[in-house]
Amino acid sequence: MPLPQPFAKPVKLMPDKTISVNYLARVEGEGSLTIRFSDDGRPCEAQLAIFEPPRFFEAFLRGRSQLELPDITARICGICPVAYQMSSSQAIEAIVGSEVTGMLRELRRLLYYGEWIESHVLHIFMLHAPDFLGYPDALALAKDHPALVKRALRLKKIGNAIMILLGGREIHPINPRVGGFWQVPTKGELQKLLPDLHWGLAAMQESLSLLAELPYPNFERDYEFVSLRHPTEYPLLGERIVSSQGLDLALTEWDEFFVEEQVERSNALHSLIKGRGSYLVGPLSRFNLNFNRLAPAAQEAARLVGLSVPCRNPFKSLLVRAVETVQALAEAIAIVERYEPPAEPQLTVSARAGTGAGCTEAPRGILYHHYAVDDAGIIQEAKIVPPTAQNLRTMEADLLELAPQLAELPHHEAVRRAEQAIRNFDPCISCATHLLQLRFER
Amino acid sequence: MGKKLGPKIAVWKFASCDGCQLSLLDCEDELLSLAAVIRIAYFPEATSAELAPPYDISLVEGSITTAHDSARIQQVRESSQLLVAMGACATAGGIQALRNFSHVEEFAAKVYAHPEYLEHRSIDLAHSPPALRAAGDPLCGQDRLSGAPGILNRATAIAEHVPVDYELRGCPINKRQLLEVLNALLNGRRPEIPTHSLCLECKLQGVSCVMVSHGIPCLGPVTQAGCGALCPAYQRGCYGCFGPSESPNTAALSEALLQIGWQRADVMRAFRSFNAAAAAFRQAGEAYAR
Ligand code: SF4
Ligand code: SF4
Repeated sequence: MPLPQPFAKPVKLMPDKTISVNYLARVEGEGSLTIRFSDDGRPCEAQLAIFEPPRFFEAFLRGRSQLELPDITARICGICPVAYQMSSSQAIEAIVGSEVTGMLRELRRLLYYGEWIESHVLHIFMLHAPDFLGYPDALALAKDHPALVKRALRLKKIGNAIMILLGGREIHPINPRVGGFWQVPTKGELQKLLPDLHWGLAAMQESLSLLAELPYPNFERDYEFVSLRHPTEYPLLGERIVSSQGLDLALTEWDEFFVEEQVERSNALHSLIKGRGSYLVGPLSRFNLNFNRLAPAAQEAARLVGLSVPCRNPFKSLLVRAVETVQALAEAIAIVERYEPPAEPQLTVSARAGTGAGCTEAPRGILYHHYAVDDAGIIQEAKIVPPTAQNLRTMEADLLELAPQLAELPHHEAVRRAEQAIRNFDPCISCATHLLQLRFER
Repeated sequence: MGKKLGPKIAVWKFASCDGCQLSLLDCEDELLSLAAVIRIAYFPEATSAELAPPYDISLVEGSITTAHDSARIQQVRESSQLLVAMGACATAGGIQALRNFSHVEEFAAKVYAHPEYLEHRSIDLAHSPPALRAAGDPLCGQDRLSGAPGILNRATAIAEHVPVDYELRGCPINKRQLLEVLNALLNGRRPEIPTHSLCLECKLQGVSCVMVSHGIPCLGPVTQAGCGALCPAYQRGCYGCFGPSESPNTAALSEALLQIGWQRADVMRAFRSFNAAAAAFRQAGEAYAR
């Protein structure tokens, strides 16, 4: 087998050649990309191969207690554990009929926004911006732009500070549970976050013009955008799933509209809309479908960076992440300011046989969980559809569309551009491969 | 540049959630000063730049779950002066070691409509990191599991495959402990990582015992310290994410857990989580599986 040569001298690609990128750098998890060209030189296939070892979560969740789900499913992804904790808790709460409302729900949103801030800032400044500016990583960027990277690190730390206070730690928080939290903070504890949150909001607003000036490639595609929708809030914890082509469904109706396909040479499933095919989840979709639900500061940020609805350029997802970071900081401030400790840190969670679904907006898009439990609260069946599995087919389509341009570039430049296009999706490839569709039968 | 070059550090991922290596990026206050004294030689999730082996320190995350990875860890060992296993996956197999108590063929056949597709990824040399690719095909076809090619029956700790110089416990690791290990190794001293139980940590932190005062089930008495007694500080029992402490009395604790209302299955599940395959927890889990 010929060895791929990611560091070979620049070569002009000839028909019948393939571009291979192995070990996609700065992507959470591991995957590789191959673009194939046919004899007449036209790109005919773009294939993202996921070669992370499967970890079989849905298999070993059988027999576990419903109360263990937030802790266990968090371990699917170290960069968005809160998303897994929220979607799994929501599913169980739907089954047992305990709805988390009021200040407990506000605390969940605050914790989740902490994860958004950490994840978005990491991605914008440390993973994606180096692509646009031609650096291999944030440390190299820091040599030329120390103030920028230092500001980014401090912003990232603010997201982590929220997770540490509300969750106990930034990775795999221990405090969230089905029904709420083990312990809730006092008003004073929460208000200690305020100075940093205000600094963060200002720092993020100051960074906007710089981010708006990055060289965004001219590239648009006509995606079907899919996100959650809430009657009044920018989507985070529910409640319906909507799309730019008219989908509007309850979480329990998932299987009627979506289907997963296993693809050869990959350990990940591709999630598709039945009868239509690929779709897009994540910042671009949330923004396009929920612009009027953004906080005023975030709408203002969007105007400042020149974003308008609909934005169809995936490279500009970087800007949408910046707008969403403003949203997260502004909302975090609002939640902290109106916070009153709830009477109880958690609702009582009984056990009741049944099935239920949870779906929340992870930083990179909707994360769907579905469980069947017995009357002792033991899991009988689990299905988890992570955001990256939903975007994989769309990623490949973007890459196929970019392929003619890539073919014109020197090899190393083509590799860089392809990686940049993949990073538009902020893929957590770990998630996409650990979670494959599985039916549990007893 | 007449400056002395810093030691080369590589970060490797096996079957894992990326949480432990992200702990490194979560060292926001230390990252830039750390980067000034070391050279990041291989860390695909943070940089596309890389330096050729050998490496002074390899940080290894994840457990070994495929034939390909069992060969790859040998190469990582050969190319590294010091090897540090990071986290429950690397030190005990992690949550994915729950397969060890079941049949992975059944897992795989149900997970994949086409288990045969898995074969590609386990034997494709292209999937070796470029720095090691030159060493040739690491797969000799050994260790194959019938039914799911390339996928091993058991998820195992790094130390079951190669000698490990230091182990950092936790799911995830505590980033303070990671910095302590790096600091110690860079200064040629032994890292100070306590191996006693969480109970002592609760006492040091002034956290009152959740089991004694509130009857909350807690694995703290048999779990290694290191997290700062996080769960008890939040009014919940420890669920053992730092794995067994030195000489843990799991039998006595299990009895106590039954006395405050747990069923045998609850005890089994408690030991069978993120460190299920660590010897002491495995035995305790087995004792209550029947
Ligand atoms: S030990 Fe836990 S946090 Fe670390 S990689 Fe494994 S699952 Fe993730
Ligand atoms: S108290 Fe136990 S479960 Fe909680 S973080 Fe510490 S070691 Fe992990």
